Amino acid sequence: MAVGKSIIRKEAWDKVTGRAKYTNDFKEQGMLHAKLVTSPYAHARIISIETHEALAAPGVRAVLTGKGLPLTGEDMRDRPPIAADKVRYYGEVVAVVVADTLVQAEQAARLIRIVYEPLPAVGSPREALKEGAPLLHEELDRYERNKTTYPEPGTNIAHRTKIRKGDIKQGFAESDVIIETSVSFAPSDHVAMETRCATAEIWPDGSIHISASSQSPFMIKRLIHTYFGEEAGKIVVHTPLVGGAYGGKAPVQLELLAYLATKAVGGRKVSVWNNRECDMVTSPVHIGLEATVKIGATKDGVFKAMEIVFLFDGGAYSDKAIDVSRAAAVDCTGPYHVEHVWCDSLCVYTNRPYATPFRSFGHCEQSFAVERAIDELAKVLQLDPWDVRRKNAIRPGHTTPTQVRLTKSNVGDMPACLDRLRELMRWDEWQRIELDAYTVRAKGISGGWKTSTIDTDSSSGVILTFNSDGSVNVISGVVEIGTGTKTVLAQIVAERLKMNVDDVHVKMDIDTQTTPEHWKTVASRGTFMAGRAALAAANDAIRQLKEIAACVLRVTPDDLEVGFGRVFLRDDPAIFIPVKDIAYGYKFPNGNAIGGQVIGRGHYILRRLTPLDPETGAGKPGPEWGVCAEGVEVEFNRRDYTYRIVKAYAVIDAGKVLNPKAALGQAMGAMSMGLSFASREGFLFDEAQRVLNPQLRTYRPIHFGEHPTYIVEFIETPQIDAPYGARGIGEHGLLGMPAALANALSLAAGVPLNELPLVPELIWRKQKGDSYGSL
Amino acid sequence: MEETTKCELVLHINGEQRTVITRQAETLLFVLRDELGLTGTKPGCLNGDCGACTVLVNGTPIKSCMMLAIETVGKEITTIEGLRDTPIQHAFVRHFAFQCGYCTPGFIMNIHALIEQHPNADQSTIQEWLQSNICRCTSYQEIEAAVKEALQAKKTDIQPSHNRISRV
Amino acid sequence: MVPFEFAYYRPQSIAEAVAMFIELEQKGKRPLYYGGGTEIITLSRLGLVSTAAVIDMKAIPECRVLDADSDPLVLGAALSLTELVEANPFPLLTKAAKEVADRTARNQITLGGNLCGQIFYRETALALLVAEADIVIAGPNGVRQSRINDLFHQHLQLSRGEFVVQIKVRRFAVELPHFHHKRRKQGEIGYPLVTIAALKKDETIHAAFSGVCPFPFRSAKVEAHLNDRRRPATERIQAAVNAFPRPILHDIEGSADYRLFVAAQLLEDALRELGETI
Repeated sequence: MAVGKSIIRKEAWDKVTGRAKYTNDFKEQGMLHAKLVTSPYAHARIISIETHEALAAPGVRAVLTGKGLPLTGEDMRDRPPIAADKVRYYGEVVAVVVADTLVQAEQAARLIRIVYEPLPAVGSPREALKEGAPLLHEELDRYERNKTTYPEPGTNIAHRTKIRKGDIKQGFAESDVIIETSVSFAPSDHVAMETRCATAEIWPDGSIHISASSQSPFMIKRLIHTYFGEEAGKIVVHTPLVGGAYGGKAPVQLELLAYLATKAVGGRKVSVWNNRECDMVTSPVHIGLEATVKIGATKDGVFKAMEIVFLFDGGAYSDKAIDVSRAAAVDCTGPYHVEHVWCDSLCVYTNRPYATPFRSFGHCEQSFAVERAIDELAKVLQLDPWDVRRKNAIRPGHTTPTQVRLTKSNVGDMPACLDRLRELMRWDEWQRIELDAYTVRAKGISGGWKTSTIDTDSSSGVILTFNSDGSVNVISGVVEIGTGTKTVLAQIVAERLKMNVDDVHVKMDIDTQTTPEHWKTVASRGTFMAGRAALAAANDAIRQLKEIAACVLRVTPDDLEVGFGRVFLRDDPAIFIPVKDIAYGYKFPNGNAIGGQVIGRGHYILRRLTPLDPETGAGKPGPEWGVCAEGVEVEFNRRDYTYRIVKAYAVIDAGKVLNPKAALGQAMGAMSMGLSFASREGFLFDEAQRVLNPQLRTYRPIHFGEHPTYIVEFIETPQIDAPYGARGIGEHGLLGMPAALANALSLAAGVPLNELPLVPELIWRKQKGDSYGSL
Repeated sequence: MEETTKCELVLHINGEQRTVITRQAETLLFVLRDELGLTGTKPGCLNGDCGACTVLVNGTPIKSCMMLAIETVGKEITTIEGLRDTPIQHAFVRHFAFQCGYCTPGFIMNIHALIEQHPNADQSTIQEWLQSNICRCTSYQEIEAAVKEALQAKKTDIQPSHNRISRV
Repeated sequence: MVPFEFAYYRPQSIAEAVAMFIELEQKGKRPLYYGGGTEIITLSRLGLVSTAAVIDMKAIPECRVLDADSDPLVLGAALSLTELVEANPFPLLTKAAKEVADRTARNQITLGGNLCGQIFYRETALALLVAEADIVIAGPNGVRQSRINDLFHQHLQLSRGEFVVQIKVRRFAVELPHFHHKRRKQGEIGYPLVTIAALKKDETIHAAFSGVCPFPFRSAKVEAHLNDRRRPATERIQAAVNAFPRPILHDIEGSADYRLFVAAQLLEDALRELGETI
């Protein structure tokens, strides 16, 4: 009925008329405004902060500094919400000014005098790991951390994930050829169009009310409880529509500042709203990477061994970067069967903005490294890069790097994705063609896979309430960040209740007091987890409807069916009662009543996940592996090194496509983001590790007209335990884009391109044989 | 010459006359959002780089973060709240030309003006105009399809169905 | 968002604007002439500009003139770049204007604002430099007219209180063969790596550059090399590039040596397009 149709998102008309409201759109008389004062140094000791002049400025209500605040961090508590003794990255918050108006806060912020003593700054993971490199965290051994985080005190290593599968020595011994490839790219940004925003106030009853542009409203509640000892039940977090997130709004940062600010002004409502510059560097960023991949293979191109070192640039604080580095390790080989795997994935501290999930969660990073290496291997062996991938494609029966045995359900059909990609791209016709003296067209491909390494006890809940007209309200903790998941949930509910999806209403906002918890809106797990919860809630509602109808119709509930706005007798649908007549219970002609409002409830918790073994990495990190095969066609000018991305392809195993146009939009949007990242995005640092391009004028994402033609298809290999078989698809489009673009351009230019972003100057330098780095 | 930096402005917005008291240095964006509650106009960068805050001033797209409110006295301002049932709004919905929706008002205002001023816009004109806005969710291909359909609708003067059905 | 206060003035005549400036200056307001306002607002929020008064030029009739039929054609300084592009009175200027910022921004950015901006690319100046346009300037000492080439050295050399009223381009210059190209780091929006505007008059190539140095320039030395037809084109180009003023920009848009590589290629394109033998 509703599943498989391109249902228009429920909030569509709000979004095209300006009615849609985001956190910063909720204006209130008397609300105070905060301005963040940030560090101009990437690494420095704070000698003194003079706030008197600012405090005396017109309209100023408070100035916050970092003294005496608890350390924060999800996996390891290494980050003060406001820097206290030293700053560890350019743009780090050192003070917060709260004033009646934003202009007053800005003016006062300029009156704060801070004396710094600059320290040598660490600029990349390799630099940070060098003997004698300045240490960012001298107290690394004393930080509170969870059981699965393994910092290495006395170094800049926040965490190391080890993957040991098979016998790497044996693997290389069995190999005819061994190639080694190194790749790197600097941190970059999510650039959600809505910059992050949080407001907080404390009511007279002591309850704390936070509004946040966040993917994690429930985590905000939990962390404010953990960090500051506030009663969880007194913390209420509201999240309206979110203007783009892509992982960047999963961490909790401004919410803590808003909480501290409202406390400093007696509970008055305070708004903390990032300007674009702060949103780009002060708030967490997309992780950088330096990686080395060594592949051993037979002369036919069968992989025997992979040895991979990921040095993730976690920036100044570990927060979620630890998890990202672990996720890349878990899927380190890409969607290929490799018997012998050795991987060390390090989350390294540097004096750069701290990192957090970016759409694909470590996987476009992983695939850029490994898929470049696969192309290099194919070149050495003089094999077709597609053939090499096809030969090694992962299948049911194989095991993953963390030694999970794959089944028909928990992995998508990688060979089918590759086969379809080959047809769509007309791969066999040509891979490189010279159109004239300067113009070359070339194709590049990449495989991709991903599981979601999320907390093993993550859960999701859904409540369905019925209206007196028989229509249904869906209340779920999934945040509407643009993915359309809430509309898909309505489709799932409509399908299960066999009703018109127009009669399924969705509550868009989250209010942690009234919305059942959904762990975090991340990891492409919304449809799976909340979908399962929605199905459970629908089943619960069906049971209740049948119970009431059974009394009215004088039959047993077992003989009843629910659908088409009715509860009817299975073998004689003419005997029925409309849902609307029992949605609020049933009143008999004599006035007696039974039942009550039908309220379906359902929840889902991930099952049988385990943490990784610290020595081998063995363990079950996520519920399933979605797979994809992707390609890019470029037109490259050999004279001036400019290029145009002509076409971008993706074949993704979606399990089951629940909403075709929405699914296409997810895939294409992710591809666009991947191509933008790979072709033009990345922070540029000076030698002191100051970010030189924290503005959209100098950090320029892809614009209209620079986009290629997108060609996307879905394979449907159902995940048996997912709602209607659907797999997560929000991230896969991005997975292969950087690698496919780099592979196409490397082929076009005839030189290995292993750095991002792939700007013409980089290609020019590589062809000249120069090194290339930021200024 | 007056010393005070606050002033009373009479603005014409979406066909209505609105009076505000505001700073002379205040941008149109902040006056629309903070003084007049027209929060459909979105701040994205405050630097003229992203187009999210685009409104129409006398029918011309303007980045409202880059224009003082006081400059618009005597001019007709149109914000997203002033558009109803235009071809481009329908086309955006039909073509899934937005996801998070944050850049959408800016895009729609810009495209609406494009359609009004250049009903026969060719590919290069469309591209020239739409380069002014950044969308981070879609691939732009969806937006391109919506623009072309809306141009077609304008050209053939067929008003799209106002029936907001949810299936396509 | 402008994080400080200023007063806004909108004079209706040149005389009024100048008088306002003088009065505000005397009061210590450090007034700024205000065209499209985009740069003032941008730099204000970054703390790079501060003033207590702005004087909007857009209501001064002379600044709004667009006379495309006269000789010289007259372009008011307060015309927006979009107005210039759409009217297209001077195709080389149209090409230069069309590459500045983006379309919506160009609806606001004015010719005068782009010429006098602090942001140093000032790309519309290139077309005017090669066309040897005249520039009408008003200020406390009245209205004067000069050849832009005499006044533009890295930036327009205006005295305090002066502003650009109009640009006058002689008709013959409008019709000369010309070349314009802007190359960016990547894509089609953004500051230039190199922008070149060139035209050919009486068999002599005039060329002006932005993005190469932290200021736009037209150089007699560079042009002498470009026009030295005794030598092959590649040598002329190399000599021209070697004669560029210094420093060569080396920043986040591109390194100095890459800019020179791009500049040399664009010069080759320019020579070819202007009918030189390559």
